[in-house]
Order: sequence, then structure tokens, then C-alpha cells
Amino acid sequence: MSSKLRILVPVKRVIDSAIRPRVNKAQTGVETQGVKFSINPFCDIALEEAIRIREGSKSLVEKIHAVSAGSIKSQETLRTALAKGADESTLIDVGDKDLEPLSVAKLLAKVVEAQDSNLVILGKQAIDNDSNQTGQLLAGLLNWPQATNASKVEVEESSGSVTVTREVDGGSETVKAKLPLVITTDLRLNEPRYASLPNIMKAKKKPLKVVKPDDLGVDVSSRLEILKVTEPPVRQAGIIVGSTDELIERLKSAGAV
Amino acid sequence: MRTSLGRAISRARISSRVSASRLSINASRAVLASQPFTEIGNNAGSRTPAISYRAYSKQAKLTKDTYHTERGDYGQLTSEDIAYFKSILPENGVVQDKTDLEIYNQDWMRKYRGSSELVLKPKTTEQVSQILKYCNEKKLAVVPQGGNTGLVGGSVPVFDEVVISLANMNQIQSFDPVTGILVADAGVILENADNFLREQGFIFPLDLGAKGSCHIGGNVATNAGGLRLLRYGSLHGSVLGLQAVLADGTIYNGLSKLRKDNTGYDLKQLFIGSEGTLGIITAVSILCAPKPLAVNAAFLGLDSFEQVQKTFGRAKGELSEILSAFECMDANSQNIVAKYTDLARPLEGSHPFYVLIETSGSNKDHDDAKLEKFLEGLLEDEVIADGVVAQDETQLKNLWQWRELIPEKLGHGGVYKYDVSIPLADMFKLVDDVQARLEEAGVVGDSEEFPAIASVGYGHIGDGNLHLNVPLRRYDEKVEKLLEPFVYEWVSKVNGSISAEHGLGFAKKNYIQYSKDAGSIELIRDLKKLYDPKAILNPYKYV
Repeated sequence: MSSKLRILVPVKRVIDSAIRPRVNKAQTGVETQGVKFSINPFCDIALEEAIRIREGSKSLVEKIHAVSAGSIKSQETLRTALAKGADESTLIDVGDKDLEPLSVAKLLAKVVEAQDSNLVILGKQAIDNDSNQTGQLLAGLLNWPQATNASKVEVEESSGSVTVTREVDGGSETVKAKLPLVITTDLRLNEPRYASLPNIMKAKKKPLKVVKPDDLGVDVSSRLEILKVTEPPVRQAGIIVGSTDELIERLKSAGAV
Repeated sequence: MRTSLGRAISRARISSRVSASRLSINASRAVLASQPFTEIGNNAGSRTPAISYRAYSKQAKLTKDTYHTERGDYGQLTSEDIAYFKSILPENGVVQDKTDLEIYNQDWMRKYRGSSELVLKPKTTEQVSQILKYCNEKKLAVVPQGGNTGLVGGSVPVFDEVVISLANMNQIQSFDPVTGILVADAGVILENADNFLREQGFIFPLDLGAKGSCHIGGNVATNAGGLRLLRYGSLHGSVLGLQAVLADGTIYNGLSKLRKDNTGYDLKQLFIGSEGTLGIITAVSILCAPKPLAVNAAFLGLDSFEQVQKTFGRAKGELSEILSAFECMDANSQNIVAKYTDLARPLEGSHPFYVLIETSGSNKDHDDAKLEKFLEGLLEDEVIADGVVAQDETQLKNLWQWRELIPEKLGHGGVYKYDVSIPLADMFKLVDDVQARLEEAGVVGDSEEFPAIASVGYGHIGDGNLHLNVPLRRYDEKVEKLLEPFVYEWVSKVNGSISAEHGLGFAKKNYIQYSKDAGSIELIRDLKKLYDPKAILNPYKYV
């Protein structure tokens, strides 16, 4: 295997992380009309890491390919990725369909094959569905090693091995694997850059290929049915009591003590 | 659908940054306390000044001692007076406890401190009227107070004036979702009003750093400007009417909801920016703007102020109706922010000038296309050297930080602040002239031996409003003598204003002559005599 990296960075268009999502009237999902969408923050971190690996050693990276599965509007997200530093991109146009992680993993496996990728860096989860499954499923489908929740990534150029520090409960864990490899990113890995104007302009000329799931031979039909989406219950307002006696009385009457 | 985890995490990252910067704000204030000459700007969006006064043990010197002021010929408060106030106000409307009085006696910068022994907190306009009628008869001086977030010492007593706090008059009276007209009590906190309006698809036509504490009545009384005056205009335009109580208790009922009304003198305009010297505003009626559905921000690097002006000209033409802010910052201001934050700088290289442009519109695709074309044109014509565009809300907020954090970050060792209006072309010439003057005297430089760090400029270019700041390593009288009255004279020569948006208050009342001629000042004094013959309203200030 060539030691040059061909990095694939899957990115997802989601409701901006700074905006509070609201459940739609039909209770079938969240309201998407008139809401700001941006690149999923974890995907942004994945992209940033790919760019930093290249900045660390130009000769190491052959190309960075960004891919997104979503509606035609996901082109915006890909343009952002291209403006930040991806070389080329693919949109898998699935219309307005909300894909399940397994479908996404299957689609990505096909793109990995088509792009001859040997490193996939993707967000550990998308902040809309919070599934945290796609990276793991993809590694399984490809039969590649995986390093999830990465907070540090070091590529050793000579041996083609990658050392990843992972965020785990109560500390960190360091793992090492040979390429090819799937890495999912955690929050502390890096801080994504701004897209500069000259790069935004250049990004318009970078390739953006659009394909359909059928072109990749993947069936994306859902296995799960969403029955209902509701807001969490509203927290009851507290009361101010006048004395400890009253407090105890209130707690007693509420059955708390 | 579980949306909580990822969002909670991303917020945790953001809020940890925010709290880190808050800490340094507090630290900078602690330094400021020893400096009667310091002042913090009112433009930081993420900050609420009145965090906790009591956290600071340090107190300002009494204003009357610092500035050698003589008490006016006013009545002294008696137990009889207090009994009267207690008879007309609810129990919690009369504050006499020494500790409780502290936050009313001192401004949030801890630059001015009075020694009032009584705070009254009326709940209704009638109560305000009764209080003033009584005070006028007894010739008791009063100082109206809103959120106490002013920058010129206008809302705190100088001696023992009775503080009339509007904090308990905090109800929204009505809102018309068709016309966007809001009627609310003077004591409604700006952010509360804005949050209420956002639920209805509108915004308050004023935004400033102190929004979490300041009152809309105080905003109107001081004619606050803020970050988006460029887009939504001055309060002289958006305020449709107001209700105010005059010194003798007369209630001026001008709470109009009409956009057009050419019957008689437009009296409300007198109260807008009168800083509590003509009457106490108790309610306002204001025209609010629809909430923008799409907001974009770009941060640009430029090589000269000529190019900043060119960019502004083109922004007005090409972005026109969606342009909502145009802020300019010089290299010194950004270097100082960079020194005291861990935020990543938006641009790689260094530039003499930076511009933050914000657009607000109703259609994202339309706005994006417009902004992109505008920026590409600037880049192609080499008007701008570099730039970035926010790709998400977090980046948008972070870009704003580079503007909003300036006031606090400059305050690390004390700072002289001037808030001036000058013709656009001359704007940064003032900054350069001040730098040259300080250099010539050998008081400014990069190393510890110099008391002043630099002459720094930033501000609302779109409004012709410059904030000239001279951050200090330590106080040195020489620096002050070089700056004053030099800056005021300079501004006067170009027919500018020595106080663009901060007002006069106590701090600048002696400098009004640099912006107004003797005839105008005489007219102002005539009006004051007419409306407040015993001069009980907010004495020792304004003119």
C-alpha cells in the first residue's frame, strides 16, 4: 500500500449548534423552516484535522475528499469544506430523506472504494440525531481498525501507522493502528478555522460531484419508523418558603420526606 | 430524537470560553478601581456590567471629594419625609439599609460614588408623580436611576440626592404584532424586552453590551446608540412616544403610538437624551423591527483607512438594505485583544485596519449571494487585503468578540477613553495625532518604562463614531495633561462631538462647550429652568 494518505472526510449539514431546535407542529421531527443550518461541529473538527495533517507534512497527503449525504442544500456544506481546505467533494443526493446510520455507513463504504481512501476522519456523532454509530458501522463494513472519540491524532510517515489519543470516561486512552483506519473526532481535538475569502472563491472551482444512492448501489430505505417527537417536559417553577418549618411541611405534603 | 448531548457539549465549550473571558473582565475592573480616570465602553455584546457589585470590596472615593464639588442649596432629608414616602409606596419601595444602598450610590465602573441615604422604588407613574411633587415642594434633590450602567456618572448621586429607581416599573404594557409597536414601563430590562419581542418575531431596535442590566427608560433618557444604530437608527426616530413626570409632579402623557403626528412641538424629543434633567421617563412607546431571518458576518483586513472608507462606501451601495453593522478596529486594538484571549485570530496576517461587517436580512440565499459578490469585488479590486466569512453561528459570535472584547481588554491597566463623533475622513487622524503627541513627549511605547501603551482606535464607523482609547500601564499625570484638553480641542476644530453616545452626565458636563456654542448652551439652560425651576432633577450634571 502506498503510504500517501487519501483522506475521506464525511460532513453533515445540521441545524446550527447555537440554535435551539423546536419540535414541529406535526410532532414528526424538528422544525427546519427558517432555521439556520451549518456544518456539524464534529465534522468541522474532522475536516480541520485532515487539513492540519496535510499542513504538518505536505508530502504525506495526496488528497482530502469531502463527502456529504443529504439534500441538494448540502452542497453549501461541501463548499464550506472545500473553502476550508478539502480538494474535491461528492454529494450523495438523497433528497429530504433522513438517513439511518447504517445507510450512511454503506454509502460511505462505497465512496471509500471509489476514492481509494485509506483514512476516514469523521465526527463521532451528528448533533441532530446524536446516533454516534456511523464511524463504527463503517469500520465494521470495511473491516478496518477504528479509533473513536479522538482528542489527538499523530501520523507516523515512515511506517504508515497512526497513534490516536481517545477520550474515555475518566481519562484518555492511546491506541495505535496501521492504515487503513477510521477515526471519529471528539470536541477537544482542535479548533476549526475560518474560511478565508480567497479560499471561498477558489472553492467554487473545486470539483463537486453529485451522485444518487442508486448510482452507488445502496438501498437507503429506513428500518425504523419515528412515531413521535416531543419537547422535554417544562420544569415547574420553584416556590419560596418563609421558614424551615414551612419547608418541611411542604416537603411532607409533597411526599418528599 | 435526542438532540441534547452534542449540543450540550458544544455549548459547554462555548460557555467555558465565555466564563474565562468574564473572569478577566473582573480582573480588569479590579485594576480600574484605583483609577478615577478609567472608563469601560458600553459595546460588549456578551457582557452584563452589573454582574455583582458586592463581589468587590473596593469602593470608589466619594465623587464630591474627587472632584471638589459643592453641595447645592437643597433640603435635608427628615424622618417626616421618609414617613411620607412610606405612606405612598409599598413596603419594599423604600430602601434605607446602608448595605442595600451601596449599589445605588456607586456606578458599575466604581468611578463615581455618592452618599444617598434613601432609594425609592415606585411601581406606578402616579407614585413617581407624588414623590416628585413632594420633593419639589421640599426642594429635595433627586437622581433617577435605571440599570445604572452608564459611563459618565449620570445615574448615581453626587451628594445625598434621593435615588428614584425605576426597577419595579417593569411591565410590558402592550405589543402590536402587525405594526411592531411596543409600549412598556421604563424599568423593563432591555434584554427582557428583546426576548419578549423575539418570541413574537421582532427585535428591540437597540442593542448594546449592557443589555442584561440596562433599562429601556434609561436607554431613552440617555439616547443610547449601540451596535446597530447604522441599521435601526437613533432612538430619536424609533421612539414614538413616552410618558414622563416633570419636577413638580406633572405627568406628561405622550405615550403615542402614532408614526406621524404633526400637532405641536415634538415634546418627547426633549426627554430623549435629557439624562433625567427635565423629567423622569416612566414608560415608552417604540417602533420595533422584524427579527432578521438571516444574519451573516465577515471580518476583513485592510491596508489603510482610505480603503476602510472605500469599503464602507461600497457596502452602503452594494449591501444596502441588509447592511446592519460596520465596525472598524485598528491593529493596536486587535493586538491587545489577542494578548488577553485564547481565541484564534480570524486572519493569518497582520493589517493596519480590520472591519467587521454584519448583514441582516430575510432571505439567506439572497443575502449570501449579495455578500459574496460584494466581498469578491473588494478582493478583486484590492480594496481589502484579506477576509473571512463566518460559516456558522459560533464563528459569527467569535468574530463579534474581536470587536466586543476591546473595551475590557484595553482596561487591563487603566485606560483613557474618548467617545467622539468626527467626520469620517478625519477619524483615524485623531488616533495618529494622539500617538504622535504621546511619542513626542516620550510617554508611549512597547516597554515597561512607558506609562501609556498606545493610542488605540475602534468604533462605529457607519455612524461616524470613534472610540479613542489610550490604555495605560500605570497612571501618569503627564499623559492626562497631554490628552486633555487636546482631544476636545481637536474634536472641536473639526466640528465634531465630544460625546457621541455616552452622554454628558457628571464626567463631561464641563466640556460641553467644545461641542455646543454659547447660544445653544443658553437655550439648554433656559429649558432646564422652565421645566425644573428648583433644579431638583439630577443636579451637578449635564450642563
